[in-house]
Amino acid sequence: MTRSWLIAVVLFAAAVALPFAVPTYYVQFASKALIMGMLAMALNLAVGHGGLVSLCHAAFFGLAGYVLALLSPGYDPASLLTTLPLAVLASAFAALVIGALALRTRGVYFIMVTLAFGEMLFFLFHDTSIAGGSDGAYVNAKPEIAIAGRQLLDLGSPTVFYFVVLAFLIATVALLTMIVRSPFGHALAAARDNERRARSLGFPIFQIRLIAFVVSGAIAGVAGYFAAAQFGFVAPQMLGWHLSATVLVMVLIGGLRSVTGPLVGALVLIGLEELLKATTDYWKLIEGIIVIVIVLAMPNGVRQLWPLIFGTSEKRETKPATVAAEARHV
Amino acid sequence: MDLVTFGVQLLNAIQYGMVLFLVASGLTLVFGILGVINLAHGAFYMLGAYLAYWIAAYTGSFWIAMVAGVAIAFVVGLLLENVFIRRLYGRDHLAQVLLSFGLILVIDEFREIAFGKDVHSVAPPAWLAGSFQLTDNLSYPVYRLAICGFCLIVAALIFLVITRTKIGMIVRAGAENREMTRVLGIKFDVVNRYVFAVGIALAALGGIVIAPISTVFPGMGDGMLILSFVVVVLGGIGSVAGAAVGALLIGLTDTFGKVFFPSVSSILIYVLMAAVLLWRPNGILGRREV
Repeated sequence: MTRSWLIAVVLFAAAVALPFAVPTYYVQFASKALIMGMLAMALNLAVGHGGLVSLCHAAFFGLAGYVLALLSPGYDPASLLTTLPLAVLASAFAALVIGALALRTRGVYFIMVTLAFGEMLFFLFHDTSIAGGSDGAYVNAKPEIAIAGRQLLDLGSPTVFYFVVLAFLIATVALLTMIVRSPFGHALAAARDNERRARSLGFPIFQIRLIAFVVSGAIAGVAGYFAAAQFGFVAPQMLGWHLSATVLVMVLIGGLRSVTGPLVGALVLIGLEELLKATTDYWKLIEGIIVIVIVLAMPNGVRQLWPLIFGTSEKRETKPATVAAEARHV
Repeated sequence: MDLVTFGVQLLNAIQYGMVLFLVASGLTLVFGILGVINLAHGAFYMLGAYLAYWIAAYTGSFWIAMVAGVAIAFVVGLLLENVFIRRLYGRDHLAQVLLSFGLILVIDEFREIAFGKDVHSVAPPAWLAGSFQLTDNLSYPVYRLAICGFCLIVAALIFLVITRTKIGMIVRAGAENREMTRVLGIKFDVVNRYVFAVGIALAALGGIVIAPISTVFPGMGDGMLILSFVVVVLGGIGSVAGAAVGALLIGLTDTFGKVFFPSVSSILIYVLMAAVLLWRPNGILGRREV
C-alpha cells in the first residue's frame, strides 16, 4: 500500500510541475491525453468492472461536446457552471435511454445494440442541420467562471485549462475508486463474473448495471465537454464508433481490472499515435498491427509486461471469484 | 402517391433489403457458427466494391470483376481465419471486437495505398444498363431489377444449402451445439474456416453488386456494418431467415421513411430496433433466453 501511495504522490507532483517545465504545446498535449484518460476510465467502469462491452461511449463523449457548442453564446465565453452540468446531464440521459434498451440484451447483442444506438446519435448530428451538420461547429471562446462580471477562472489559458482537467481527472479517479470498492461495485463485479449466481442472491442486476452505465456515460460526458472546449470545435466524428473502439484499445492496454490502468493505456496510445503520426504517413496501418498483436499476444493487456520490466509482481490483478461471496453482505 | 410511384419505391425497398441480406447473412452465419463477432465485415463490403471497380476497369467486364472479386474475398477469408480468427475461438467478445477493429485499420490503410481516397463509379454490364419506361417521366433501371433477381437466387441457394445438404446439416448442428458436433467426429475446424470465408465472400459480393448503383468510396463499409448489425439484432443472431426478415424490414422502413418522414428518416431504423428490443430482446426469429 505504502509503495503505491508513494508512486501516486510522485506522479501527482510530476503532473503539477509539468506546465512549468515544458512548452505550451506539450501542456495542451498533456491536457488532451488526460481527457482521453478520463474517457477511458469512464468506459472501463462499464467494460472492466461491469463486463459490458460498450461501443457507444464516444456518443456520450461527443454529445456533451455538442451541448457546449450549442450553448456557447456566439463569440463570448459560456459559463462553466451552467454548461458543464447541462452537458453531463445530456450524456447521462442518453446513457440512461440507450442503457435501458441495450441492457435487455447480453454479450454480443449488447455490443451490436450499443454500436447501433451510438451511430444513431452520430447520424443525428451528421445528417441534420443541428450545429453545422457534417461540417461540425465551432466553440469560439473557451468557457469561464465569472461572478458579477469578474472572471474567476479562464479556460483560455492552457495552464489553467490543464489544471482544471487535472482536478477533474483526480476527482474521477477518486469517484471510480469509491464506486469499485463499495458494495455496489462488488455487486457489479459479481454480476460480471456470474450473472446467474448474482441474480439468485437477489441483486437487482439490471438496475445495478444501468446505474453503472449511466455514471460511466456521465463521466464520458465530462471528458467530451473538455475535449470540445480544448479543440474549440465539434464534429460528428467525435461521436463515431471508431473513437469508441480506440478507447477500448486504451482500456485493454491499461488492463481491465484497475481504475487507473485505462489512464495509463490512454497515455501510452496517445503518445504512440503522436510518435507514429510524426514518423509515417501510414500510422493507422502500424496502429492496427499493434492492436492485433496486443490482442493475440497479451490477452490481459500490456500491464502483464510490467512485472517483467519492473521485476514486481501484480497482486491486485487476480481477484478470485470470492468477490461474489463478499458482496452478499450488502 | 400514385400506384406507379408506390411500386417503384416498393421495388427500391426490396432491392435495398436484398443487398442488405447478402451482407448481413454473412455476418450472422459467422457469428452463429464460429461465435465470433466480426467488425471488419463492413470493410470487406467496401473491399468488394473497390475490387469490382479495379477489376472492371482493367478487364472491361463486370462479370469477370464479380467472379474474381468473390474468389479473392474467399481466399482472403480462408487466410484470415487461418492466421487470426482461429485464435479467437473461445476468447471474450472484447478480444474479438478489438482484433477486428485492428483489421479494419489495416484494411483501410491498404485500401488507401492501393486505391487512394477518391470516389469511383462502376458501369453495369451493357445489356443491363438501360431502364424501363414506366410513364412519361418515370423510368426504372434494369440493373436494379437484376439485383433483386440475382439476390433472390443467392438467397435461395443459401437456404437450399443450409436446409437440404449435408454441409448445411453440419452448419446447423454447429450453430445449435458446437461441442456436441465436435464430439460426433465432425471436423469442425475445417467447417469454421469455410464458413468464415463464405461470410467474407458474401460481404464482398454485396459490395460488388451495389457498386454500379452507388458510388465506391472509403467510408462505405462503416454504414453497411451498422446496418448489418441492426439487421442481425432485428432478426436474431445466427438465424439466416431472421436476417432476411430484418433486411426486408429495414429496406421498407428506410425507403418509405425517406418518402413519408424525410426529416427523421435517418433515425427511423433505430426506432424500429428499439421497438423490437422492447418486444423481443433476442430478435424476431431469435431463440428465447433460457
